[in-house]
Amino acid sequence: MSHESHVHEVGHGHDHHHHGPPKGFSRWVYTTNHKDIGTLYLTFSLVMLFIGGIMALVIRAELFEPGTILVDPDFFNQMTTMHGLIMVFGVIMPAMAGLANWMIPLMIGAPDMALPRLNNWSFWLLPFAFSMLMSTMLMKGSAPNFGWTFYAPLSTIYGPNSTDFFIFSIHLMGASSIMAALNIVVTIFNMRAPGMTWMKMPLFVWSWLVTAFLLLAVMPVLAGCVTMMLMDRHFHTSFFNAAGGGDPLLFQHVFWFFGHPEVYILILPGFGVISEVIPTFSRKVLFGYRFMVYATASIAIVGFVVWMHHMFTTGAPYAAQLYFMYATMLVAVPTGIKIFNWLGTLFKGSITFETPMLFALGFLVMFTIGGFSGVMLSLVPADYQYRDSYFVVAHFHYVLVSGSLFTIIAAVYFWLPKWTGNMYSEKLGQWHFWLSVIGMNVAFLPMHFLGLAGMPRRIPDYALQFTDFNQLCTIGAFIFGFAQLIFLYIVIKACYAKRRHKLSDEVWEGAKGLEWTIPTPAPYHTFETAPVVH
Amino acid sequence: MQTINVLVIFWKYDLIVARSIRSITLHSVVGIYIMIRLILFLSTLALAITSYAVPALNMPYGVSPISREIYNLHMAGFYICCAIGVVVFGVLIYSLIKFRKSKGAKAAHFHEHIGLEILWTAIPFFILVALAIPATIVLAHIHDTERSALTIKVVGYQWKWKYEYLDQGISFFSNLATPQEQILNKAPKNEWFLLEVDKPLVVPVNTKIKLLITADDVIHAWWVPDLGIKQDAIPGFINENWIYIEKEGFYRGQCGELCGVYHAFMPIVVQAVSQADFAKWVVANTPTPESMALAQKEILKPLTEDELLTLGKTQYEKSCIMCHQAEGEGLPPTFPPLKDSRVVTGPLAVNIGYVLTGVPGTAMQAFGDQLDDRAMAAVVTYIRNAWGNEIPIKRHKYPTIVQPEDVAKVRQESKK
Repeated sequence: MSHESHVHEVGHGHDHHHHGPPKGFSRWVYTTNHKDIGTLYLTFSLVMLFIGGIMALVIRAELFEPGTILVDPDFFNQMTTMHGLIMVFGVIMPAMAGLANWMIPLMIGAPDMALPRLNNWSFWLLPFAFSMLMSTMLMKGSAPNFGWTFYAPLSTIYGPNSTDFFIFSIHLMGASSIMAALNIVVTIFNMRAPGMTWMKMPLFVWSWLVTAFLLLAVMPVLAGCVTMMLMDRHFHTSFFNAAGGGDPLLFQHVFWFFGHPEVYILILPGFGVISEVIPTFSRKVLFGYRFMVYATASIAIVGFVVWMHHMFTTGAPYAAQLYFMYATMLVAVPTGIKIFNWLGTLFKGSITFETPMLFALGFLVMFTIGGFSGVMLSLVPADYQYRDSYFVVAHFHYVLVSGSLFTIIAAVYFWLPKWTGNMYSEKLGQWHFWLSVIGMNVAFLPMHFLGLAGMPRRIPDYALQFTDFNQLCTIGAFIFGFAQLIFLYIVIKACYAKRRHKLSDEVWEGAKGLEWTIPTPAPYHTFETAPVVH
Repeated sequence: MQTINVLVIFWKYDLIVARSIRSITLHSVVGIYIMIRLILFLSTLALAITSYAVPALNMPYGVSPISREIYNLHMAGFYICCAIGVVVFGVLIYSLIKFRKSKGAKAAHFHEHIGLEILWTAIPFFILVALAIPATIVLAHIHDTERSALTIKVVGYQWKWKYEYLDQGISFFSNLATPQEQILNKAPKNEWFLLEVDKPLVVPVNTKIKLLITADDVIHAWWVPDLGIKQDAIPGFINENWIYIEKEGFYRGQCGELCGVYHAFMPIVVQAVSQADFAKWVVANTPTPESMALAQKEILKPLTEDELLTLGKTQYEKSCIMCHQAEGEGLPPTFPPLKDSRVVTGPLAVNIGYVLTGVPGTAMQAFGDQLDDRAMAAVVTYIRNAWGNEIPIKRHKYPTIVQPEDVAKVRQESKK
């Protein structure tokens, strides 16, 4: 501090970057500081989590009993669509980008992201994109009601007028993601501290590097997809319209060429988080670092060539189905390596169960269950029965809620003391964990049974035999939803409470890595002189 | 519900019998009787818990060779996952119990073991190969649509299915039969709530039936779990699949691909009958030139206004209400209102033309194939007289009453 104030006095009159953050609203609008932008991303994601969560509860409330009990089928479809879009593009992706912004410079010993102004812009596109998307709920006629996968021609010829707003907001989200990814790639390539070689990089940084390349490769494809939709709707083209010589299946190919890598975009940074958390609380080095890096890269590469497993029932030829089945099964191998290596890290460690560790372990168990249903889904003949049923809904919630979302929560608990200088309440953290685990399993486990018994997804009303499990799901969903209020309270308290006692730089006993060498809470500017990694 | 009813009946019966026994005052008989009733009551209760409280947990075994092969593959996949789960979670639980810091565990220093890592790369690979082989074989069976004895074309429409028996010349639409009141919780629900149709797909047992599946508007999927079939119905594509049913009965399924507002309301019911019954059904339902002429004559008979309005209301509730709503307010902009509509309150021929041929490029279907001249005359009469539409129509001196002949005329015109 004395050093800073000294510089400030000397530099009086020609204001430069050694001062602290400006106060108030303008700080957040004009900021180019990676920590501020990380905070913005995370806050945005937290707000969207509750908006998307309320939509999920509307869906579950309507499904509590057969018959129309709360919302009409059209509004129900709007809810499923918005819930999906918000959770994927508004919660998981921004949260991961927020973690990247906060942690990558700290982990590689860089003073900031390589392109700070671009960084500011890539965040500030998001509030506009999502205001535009959500404003469709207030418009005359329906909001987008064709599911987050927006298959043509339901979203083109048959789409509501508000679809154009949806298209524009997807464009904005895509631009934001591309810029964020570009920034991360440039930062990791150019701004690593001396001695931080590729194979010394923390796994979180590695997994984000791979994710960034995935984003750069597929977000333009999504942009192309929605642009073709826009042209079909207004410029008299027929990309996806069979009556005009187009092909509705082309839409699905283009969409899933984006969509499959997208699901790895949602989970890979989470793998990185778990690879930081488990070694810390096992007080042991990560087992098989090299294999972990190779596995991350192989998941990403194979992820590009498996998209048609989302389309097994579209009438694909035998040979195509076989190829995509084999390729999809192959994904299980590197994913298995990751699970086994985390187990290897735990084995003969010295384990403690702080909240981040609990969420990491919860992830480990339930992501594995999601992986099992993934393997089952890859079997094409069985997929004929699973496809578009609640079995699929159960599968992707196991890998996205107890997968991606749990890793994000683990990361927040893990780094919150470093960000704010306050330790969260361990007791509340444990409550949050156990309620989340119970709620999540009560909500999503019965969905496997519903799907197998023949309940299709995206239906607002169902036959009587599905009633019992649906009621169970709804109860679980409400437990899970309300448990997140504890999380909200913990985060707000950590941000605003007075600092009682100074936390050590390491915070956690077993913490390793550059981010634990700086003071707690992290000062506004860090690593202005690059550290040397040995 | 049924078991609960049984319990209630037992209870009431007990009271009656107990009263009559008291008059005889044979205590031992009463004692034995009560014991027997108690055992019966408890066994019914146990039955109620096992049969009623636990709904289906697993995929149906089904009634076709394919559904059984899929079931076996599904179970193989499930058991393999369970086995892997036992190992993975076993090691995890062991580690979490054994290597706790609170129990004094000290961290070891190893961080790599190439042999081990190659091993756990290789083992999953071979397990997957073992799973891929049966999957490949079953998939080959699914794709084998050769040597079928019957071909049925299945066409998905927004919220109904059309079945065409290509060799028999039989063709009909299959609509949801559950009344709106039940969906809106204004009436008690049928046993097969949302899984019942007006006309099921009738097929013979022990016959290989090829299905040609396509759609008229958006993408649907024809899914009947018991038959082991789910096939997307995509406009512009004709997908092939096949069924072979080994047991007579009703098999129910639903549309498996989000297809708009009423995606949940287009069930599939397949009625499998013996081959002899199917032959009779075909004869009874195959149109002949004589029967068609007779039917057409019947259809073209003029109707009274009341008959038209009654029939029209029923037809409206079956074919139109989902989009255009009970009060004709529609769900704009995709489904425009019929109340004060420019078309409905305009010249008659234009109005009939819209219903007959639909509006290409919009959600308005062509109802020409779905409704005969009488049904269409009735429904057009209904919409021209409902919600105050008759006022502007009368002001312009357009007709409000439509006879089947009027529709037949427009139909002839549109064919030219």
